[in-house]
Amino acid sequence: MDLLTSVEQEQIKKDIPDFRAGDTISVYTKVVEGSRERIQVFEGTVIARKGGGLKETFTVRKISYGVGVERVFPLNSPRIDRIEVVKKGKVRRAKLYYMRKLRGKAARIKERD
Amino acid sequence: MISKAILGRKLGMTQVFSDTGEALPVTVVEAGPCLVVQKKTVDNDGYIAIKVGYEDIKEKKLTKPEQGQFKKNQLKLKRYLREFRMQDVANYNVGDEIKVDIFEPGEMVDITGISKGKGFAGGIKRWNFRRGPMAHGSHYHRRSGSGGATGPAKVFKGTKRPGHLGAEKVTVQNLEVVKVDPDRNLLLIKGSVPGPKKALLFIKNTVKSGK
Repeated sequence: MDLLTSVEQEQIKKDIPDFRAGDTISVYTKVVEGSRERIQVFEGTVIARKGGGLKETFTVRKISYGVGVERVFPLNSPRIDRIEVVKKGKVRRAKLYYMRKLRGKAARIKERD
Repeated sequence: MISKAILGRKLGMTQVFSDTGEALPVTVVEAGPCLVVQKKTVDNDGYIAIKVGYEDIKEKKLTKPEQGQFKKNQLKLKRYLREFRMQDVANYNVGDEIKVDIFEPGEMVDITGISKGKGFAGGIKRWNFRRGPMAHGSHYHRRSGSGGATGPAKVFKGTKRPGHLGAEKVTVQNLEVVKVDPDRNLLLIKGSVPGPKKALLFIKNTVKSGK
């Protein structure tokens, strides 16, 4: 293994659950407020996973008070405490950017077993 | 003046997460161990410096005069030889090794290298000229404009024009050392450094005051 990848390998997390676009997940992030640190949960649908290795990121979308909110997380960020898969979704695309145009009933995703 | 310096090779860029969880862009540099080949003194050479070698090489790849510099003191042969003009060389002896542990995380360094060659480049890429309109029949797209007044009847020396870009010596100042790994001879430097991967780099303490 060359040195560059070994530098990256050191930081790659091993406890990441298997999830993909269409799944509903809860991301438990560490938030620093002044001197205290607490855990904040962001729950929504994964609409994309991008990049590879250490640099991989994923986008989670949810509807909050009628407004669509998306957050992009670095997959290996130490600020992410843990990730829980709530629901597995059945989709036919790797990137679900079309979800941005859909509201309500149309924005449902079929469940996968 | 240099107080500490090392030679290394650029391995490439990646990112690392800081203690606070921020993703920092870093260049991974394999630096040292460097060998002190010769000490230059005022009496002998008129100035103070150390001559340093980097990277092992086979004997048949060096000429006899090149080999002689190492064999004089029964040293290992090295590919690159560079002089570091130090303020004080009392701490260095011929045969000493310079390793990455001379640097600490959080320290600022200056890095010198040969930038990537871009070949013959136009004014837009080389000097950040603006281009003309691409449509509406302008016929004036990426050409440079006026070369100066018509009165002198010549183009003055130093006028910005298209020409060879890159492949020149470049120093980037005030780069932060993010991590030092003495076991693998690695330095992680925040930000980018000149040159392609595998390029030879010269890393020294910064000339900036840090204010």
